[in-house]
Formats: sequence, structure tokens, C-alpha cells
Amino acid sequence: MKKQLLYRLSLAVMVSASLFSCRKDPQPAPEQVEILEPTPSGPVKGLYLLNEGNMNMNKASLDYLDLATGVYRRNIYNQANPEIVKGLGDVGNDIGVYGSKVYVVVNLSNKIEVLNAKTGKKLGQIPLANSRYITFYKGKAYASAYLGTLGDPTAGNGVVIEIDTATLTEKRRVQVGRQPEELAVVRGKLFVANSGGYSSKNYERTVSVIDLNSFQVTNKIDVAINLHRLKADQYGDLYVSSRGDYFDIPSKLFVIDTQTEKVKKSFDIGVSEIVIDGDLAYYYSTEYSKITGDNTITYGMINVKTEIPLTKSFITDGTNEKITVPYGIAVNPITKDVFVTDAKDYVSPGTLYCFNPAGIKKFQVTTGDIPAHFAFVY
Amino acid sequence: MGNPHNKMTKRKFAFDGICNSFFGFSAIVWLGVFVPYNSSAQTDSVKKANELKEVSIRAIKLSKRQLSASPLQILSGKDLERLNSLSVADAIRFFSGVQLKDYGGIGGLKTINVRSMGTNHTAVFYDGVQLGNAQNGQVDLGKFSLDNIEEIELYNGQKSTIFQSARGFASGSSLYLNAKQPEFENGQTDHVKASVKGGSFGLINPSVLWQHKVSDAISASLSTEYKNANGRYKFRYTNGVYDSTFVRKNADIETMRLEAGLNGKLQDSSVWAAKVYYYKDHQGLPGAIVSNRYDFTQRLWNENFFVQSSYKKEAGRYNLMASAKYASDYVRYLDPDFVKDDGFLDNRFKQRELYLSLTNRYKINSFWDVVLSSDYQYNTLDANLDYFAYPARNTFLTALATQIHFERIDVQANLLSTYVNDKVKQFFSAGNKNELTPTVMVSWQPFDNLKEFRVRSFYKSIFRMPTFNDLYYTSIGNTLLKPEYTKQYDLGLTYIRAFKGHKLQQISIQTDAYYNKVRNKIVAVPSANLFRWSMQNLGRVEIKGLDVNVQTVWNIVTDLSLTTGLTYTYQQALNVTDKNLNYRNQIVYTPVNSGSFILGADWKNLAMNYSYIYVGQRFNQGANNVYNYVPAWYTHDIAFHYTKVLKHDRFRISAEVNNFLNQYYDVIANFPMPGRSYRFTIAYSY
Repeated sequence: MKKQLLYRLSLAVMVSASLFSCRKDPQPAPEQVEILEPTPSGPVKGLYLLNEGNMNMNKASLDYLDLATGVYRRNIYNQANPEIVKGLGDVGNDIGVYGSKVYVVVNLSNKIEVLNAKTGKKLGQIPLANSRYITFYKGKAYASAYLGTLGDPTAGNGVVIEIDTATLTEKRRVQVGRQPEELAVVRGKLFVANSGGYSSKNYERTVSVIDLNSFQVTNKIDVAINLHRLKADQYGDLYVSSRGDYFDIPSKLFVIDTQTEKVKKSFDIGVSEIVIDGDLAYYYSTEYSKITGDNTITYGMINVKTEIPLTKSFITDGTNEKITVPYGIAVNPITKDVFVTDAKDYVSPGTLYCFNPAGIKKFQVTTGDIPAHFAFVY
Repeated sequence: MGNPHNKMTKRKFAFDGICNSFFGFSAIVWLGVFVPYNSSAQTDSVKKANELKEVSIRAIKLSKRQLSASPLQILSGKDLERLNSLSVADAIRFFSGVQLKDYGGIGGLKTINVRSMGTNHTAVFYDGVQLGNAQNGQVDLGKFSLDNIEEIELYNGQKSTIFQSARGFASGSSLYLNAKQPEFENGQTDHVKASVKGGSFGLINPSVLWQHKVSDAISASLSTEYKNANGRYKFRYTNGVYDSTFVRKNADIETMRLEAGLNGKLQDSSVWAAKVYYYKDHQGLPGAIVSNRYDFTQRLWNENFFVQSSYKKEAGRYNLMASAKYASDYVRYLDPDFVKDDGFLDNRFKQRELYLSLTNRYKINSFWDVVLSSDYQYNTLDANLDYFAYPARNTFLTALATQIHFERIDVQANLLSTYVNDKVKQFFSAGNKNELTPTVMVSWQPFDNLKEFRVRSFYKSIFRMPTFNDLYYTSIGNTLLKPEYTKQYDLGLTYIRAFKGHKLQQISIQTDAYYNKVRNKIVAVPSANLFRWSMQNLGRVEIKGLDVNVQTVWNIVTDLSLTTGLTYTYQQALNVTDKNLNYRNQIVYTPVNSGSFILGADWKNLAMNYSYIYVGQRFNQGANNVYNYVPAWYTHDIAFHYTKVLKHDRFRISAEVNNFLNQYYDVIANFPMPGRSYRFTIAYSY
């Protein structure tokens, strides 16, 4: 009797054990393809879109739009690089194409991934803790990071590192202000916007100027608190956004003359993101009101030659009403089509919209989570 | 960029190929329940043995499990002791309709979500008084050791009695943790229980419980526990191409608990109790395992203190219950990766709570009672955050309840009034809120001669207040928030049957179908950028579910008895917030199918427990797509216990193997759960 019971119990255990093999074998996340309207753009072959993915979800992902064929490939990284442990990583913060390589800055994965721009295959990576943004100049990449050293209570400043794009290694680093954000090279000088975002009672207010020969900070331009965006126009000016303090001080936009290294103009315009193409700057702003509990979203343009805001927007067909949170923008340098992304609730797949120069929607497509950063491939 | 068209064929993944091992699960379960039964070609000797027990079996007693008008699940006494559980969180995984949100490891946050309404809709009561957390409304059940817990009860809706504090009426569901009450037999004046647990994760966990009979009317108890673990365990991630095993780091924890209580009886047979509780811990906070990031530096400290006392008089027509509590909670969070201008991010939060409750019952006649309960609660939160509002909240709860009870029908109804007033030292306050919410519950025996079969049903409308974090957390909180409302409709039945002279001695079934609606769900939504989320009343969820619970008791041969417990949960929990976003998608982390099975066996000095948990496939974000798909997981645990009794001394040795098939899985994405682990216990009691 007892034996029979034991036999049956062990049978039950064995049957349960066989369940183990019942879980489907894991596979690399698939790529998905959609066919959109082609936009042949001469030398510009395509467009990478980096989806940030929500923090802790490890869902940074890369989409690619082939402009000539209109083929949109969602989530190309995992199929191209199935051997990379846990994939692209957590919170993709910036992307840039330089030469034949794509550089993807993955903030919480503490790295800059370097991929072959044609195939998406990984070529290498540069470790950089709390990395933020990247720019390129004369065979070098420059990247900002929120903190130079981790685990030191007195080391609150960020750094900019110089990367050799041939060897993919860090060559030099320089300490800048607290929590540096975007950066750009103008007149052979590197400018980086400091935010001080970790100390809401004591934001930074400066743009650091770095001499590229000595790789030393030569000046700090006082602008406004909590700086973020920093984009260069073709006239030697920088457009720098201040995020404000989210309470009393609103977001604003400033223009810096890189010759004098001084603020020469400011706009009472809130700016979440801005891109400059030729004589036009395209921006949008999302501002939250504590009083109404609502977001106010505006889309606008500025003529950077005359430094006068335009009265028209780059979305004219009412599509803006459908966008919950604009979170990324790019302008096709050839066709002047404008790409805008919607991050929705930040935990769902977003949408990429494409507008023609008249502001009429050409197409839209579903992206990864938090579509945010663009890079054109030539 | 390669040829995109080749890749198109790979799009179909996961969904069509998922092997639904739920069927496999049901198979073992039914095997477990029925194999012994079918095999019982009875021999004479067995019959005789059973005849001896018949007397006690024939007069089956309906327990509160059957009589409760609201669905009730219990784990207690021997069943709880046999189970492979270190904390309350481990045990409640065996309840139906429950999801445990578990961040993994000994120190990982573990909270309960009942019937998909959300963590904040379950109130947790410790010895009858609610464990509050005005800051985030969540109670970490991993922090409550099972060491001195005698019984865990989970009620959907509310406890099936109207003689309870107003707080008891005020949640969508209620979890009761009841500590061991001292009981002394003739001549005994002291009980001592000492135990040491140890095993995987570098666990060392000694505890002592001492109960003392002060006089015939008063007893005292003292319980203390220390726990230390390095928290390390192996975990594995694979996508079929890469396959990497890591060790969980920064998961160490050290905790200390000290609890003292007095229980007394007065001459009019009213009872009183008083309790002091102190808990302290210090732990590492292992973060999400994401690409290129496997170690962490964040630290967390907790300190909880409360003192509570209660008085209950149940004799006569007029009954009274009163309780009072003062609680103080301290949390410190340190993040060395976040360096501000004045050093590391080092947040400190201090909460205080004062709670007073008075419940009056008047028995109008033999079948009709009325109750008036009033509670007052005062909460404050201090934090060293910039731009912090320093909120304080006054809550007044009043419940008017009535119960009509006959042998075959029991009807309970109540109306709860909630008045909440928030005050802040600076910035905006959420002001006043006033809500009136009803509950109706019925338990009915439809057939005159079938006492074992009962039908039950309840309707409950309740809400949860926005927490201090929802309202006032710097740069996230939104003082315009409204409460989050839920409506629950439940219809169920219970059946129990005892068998004379069979190996299967008793079978008991409880099953409920339910429909819940959550409205004004408080969710974090983006505002200006990723640093700037804000809390909004956005979500709407519709939940349709089925809970099944089956318990059996067996007597195989004279000394060998078996008990089984089976649960199954079906849940369709759909997001119906916005037609344009994830509309009618299953909400995050909610499996459609889940279940558990427990088999306990006692043979002479030996006891064994086998337990199985199955959680079906689910999604780790709102969109039900391939990138958010999370496969099912299922674990098998086994435990063996040996008990030796020498006069009054009782020794017990236990060995447990948890997740013995070593399945690696995440409950929360990127927070890996341990694979196979071991635990050993030596206990002595007198």
C-alpha cells in the first residue's frame, strides 16, 4: 500500500518535472517590418531611430527606415546581435552616425555601443557610466556623462570624454559642470550644456567651453538654470535651452555667439527639443502646469539667420492633436520632411510621424518604446 | 542593412508556439487529488482503522471557510508549519486570485495584488489592527516572518463580520496575520520555542518565542528574531544564443524584530491585549539586471515601531470593541550613484500614525444585530526632499452596519463614510474628501437538508485614497488627484463533504466568479520629460475572474494522513482606459491562468510537504506584444520535517528544497528570482 503510494507520488513528481521542458525555448527578440511610402533622398540613405525604453525595462531598441524603399524595420538590434547579453540595454539616450559607424549612447547600461551603419552589427563598445550625449569632430567622438566618478560624495561633476573613432577607445577626459547634457563643436571649440539636474535647489547655469587642443575648460558661459539642448547653426551661433525649475522658472531658449562666448539673445519660448536644418530651427515644447494638471504642447520654428520666430508650424494638418507627448524630432536634410515621435505614456510602443515641408502628414508607423533620437545614414 | 524581407518571416514568434503548460499543471493536480482515491481498494484492516475515526468524521463541522459571506482563504497551524515559507509573502502565493509582486531574494520587495485591483486595495491587519503606510499604501510582506504567525486569512471584500473596526470595512480586500496566542494546559506556566534557520543566500535566522502565564487571567509573550543573509544567488538569462549565469549582488540584508504582548481576560469575560513591536533592517537594493550592469550600490534602512492595544466585550446584548495604536516608521534610501552638490542622494522619510477605533454592537434580538464603528486616524510624513510639502492627514471613518442571521441565511450590509482632510506646511494641499460607500454580503444555504452546500455573494464599492507619494512626492505628486474607486461583484459557492470509511475523508470546495471595475486608477504619466512624471486619475480596468479552491483530507493507512490544497485562478483584466492605447489589452503582469497545489503528508514523526506554483504567461508592460511577453513560470518546492517529542520537550528538524527543478524566472522584469535553494531548521519547544 505504502509502496504504491510512493510510486504514485514519484510518478506525480516526474510528470511535474517533465513540465520543465514545456516552456518554449527562448529566442532573440524578433524584427518586424512594415512598408511605408518611399522618400528617395539622394545621398541620404536612411534614418536610425533610437527608442529609449523605460528605465529598468532594458528595452532600448533601434529601428531603421530605408528612405529609398520605404521599408521600416522595427527592432533591428537583437537579430543582428543575438549574442550580446541582454541586448542594447537600458535607456538609449543618444545616437549618432559618423563615417560608417553608428554610436548608440545607452545611459543606464553605462556604455556607448558602436555598430556597423550598414548591417547594424556590433563593432565594439566604449564604457561610460551614466552617459548622455555624443557629437563628432575630426575623427573623434565626444560624449558627456553625468558623473566622472561613481561612489564619491564629493565628485559631483560630470565629464566629457574624447573617443578615437578608429580604435574605439577613450583618449582623454575633462571635468565639466554638474550633469552635462548636449554638446557641439563650433570654431574648433567644444561647448557642453551643464544642467546640475541632480540638485534641484542648486542647478548649474553654464555652458562649458573646452579647447580641443589642450582638452581643458577655457570658459564657462553663464546662461540660465538647468540647461539641456545645445545645437549649432551655420552662422556660428548656439541655441541652448534651459528647462527651468518646473515650478516658478519656465523653460527658455538662449542664443550664444561662439565668437564672443556670450549670450546674445533669448526667447521666451519653452523648448523640450530643437533641431536646426539650414536657416530653420524646429522645436516643440511640453510644459506641465501644476495648476491645471495638464500638459501644454507647442510646435514652432525660428529663422536662425534673422533670429526671428516664424508664425507657422511644421505640423499644419491637425495631427498635433493626436500626439500625446512629442519626444523626438528630425528634419530630412534633402527633402525637408519633418519626423516627429510620440512617446505616449512612456510604457507603450510609440509612433513616428513624417510630415512634408507643408506640414501635411505623409505617414505614421509604430516604433519601440519612447522613440526619441534620430541619426541619418549617408 | 541586410535584406529586410528575409526577416519578415521571423515575425511570428511566441504566441502561436507557447506551450500551455497549464494543462500539464492540471494533470498533476488531478493526479495528486485522485490517484490515492482510485487506488483505494480497501482491505479489511484499513476499514477497521477507519471505523475508529468515523465518529469524529461524521459530525462535520462547517468552518468559517464555508460560512463566510465573503470569500475566505486560510493557511494556519500545521499546514502553515509544513509549508516551505520564510515570510508571509511566501505563504500567500498559495492563495487564489492573488499575485505576489516579488522583486526576488530575501530582501526584495514583496507586495500582494488581489483580483487585479492593485496593491493599494488590500489592507493588511496584524493582530486585528491595520498596518498602515500612508506614504505609498504598500506593505512589504517579505518583512513579516512566519515565525510567530499562527494563521493567515485573506478575505475578498471584507471580513465576514460586522463587529469590526471601521477600517475593516474600508478596503477592497483584507489580509489578516494573526500571531500565536498563548494557551496553557493544566499546570503549565511557560512555553518556549527556539529555532534556528539557515541555508542558501547565507541565511542565518535564529528566533525565540517565550510565553508566560502571569496569572489565570493574564499571559505574556515575547518574540524576537534576528536574520542575516548575504542574499547572493545564481540567476541565468538566455535568449537561446547567449546564455549567461550571474550572481545577484548587493542583496544582503540584516533584520531584527522584537515583539512583546500581554493578553488578559476580565471577570465579565471581556478580553484585552497590548502589543509592542519593533523592527529594524538594513539592506542592499539590487537593481534591475540590464545590459552591462550587474552590480549595485544603493542601500535601504527601515525602522518600524508600533504599540497597540485592544479591548473586546462580547457578552450580553451590548458589545464593545476598542483599540488604539501609535506607529512610527523610518526609511532611509542612499544612492551613491546619484551625487548632488552636497553629496550622495540620501533620502529620509519619517511617518507617524495615531489610530483610535471604537466599535459598538447591539443585538436587537436573536437574529438581528446593528453596529456602529468609528475610527480616527492621523498620519504625517516628513522627508528631506527639496520642495516637500510635509503633509498631515486626518481620517474619520464611520461605519453603520447591520446583520440578519438565521441558520440558513446570513445577510450583512454596511455603509461606510470616509472623511479625509489633508494639511500641508507649504505648497498645495489635496484638501478634503468625503465618500460614502456601501457593501452587501449574503451567505445562504439553499437546500434544507444539505447544510454542506452554501451560496455566497457580495457587492462592494470602495476606493483607495491617493497616498502621500501620489499627492506630494516632489516633482511627481499631483494634489488634484481623486480617489481610485473599485466596484466588486462576487458570486460563489462552498461545499464540504465527509466520507465515512473511505480513504478520502473530506473534500471541500470553494469557488467564486467575480467582476471588478477599477475607475480613476492612479497611474504615473509623463509630463515634460522622463524626470517629470505626474500622477493622474487615468486608468480604467475591467476584471472578470474565477477562483477555485479545493481541499481534501485523506487517511491512507493508520498513521499516514494526507492533505491537499488546490487553487486555480482565471483572470481577464483588461485596460479599458483609452480606445487608442492598448485598449482591451490584459493589464501588466496579470496572467490569465495561475494556480497552486499543495500536498502535505504526516506519517508518525515525519511530515512532508510538496508545493507547486504555476503562473501563466503575461506581459511586463501595457501593450500585449511580443517584446513585452513574459513566459510562464512554475516552481516545485519540497520539505521534510522530523519531530521528536520527549515528555514536554519537542524537537523538530526540517529540510526544504525550494524551486528544486531550478527554473530561472522573473516575476518583475529584470529582477531575477533565485533558482534552487535550500533551507534547514532546527527548532525546540517546551
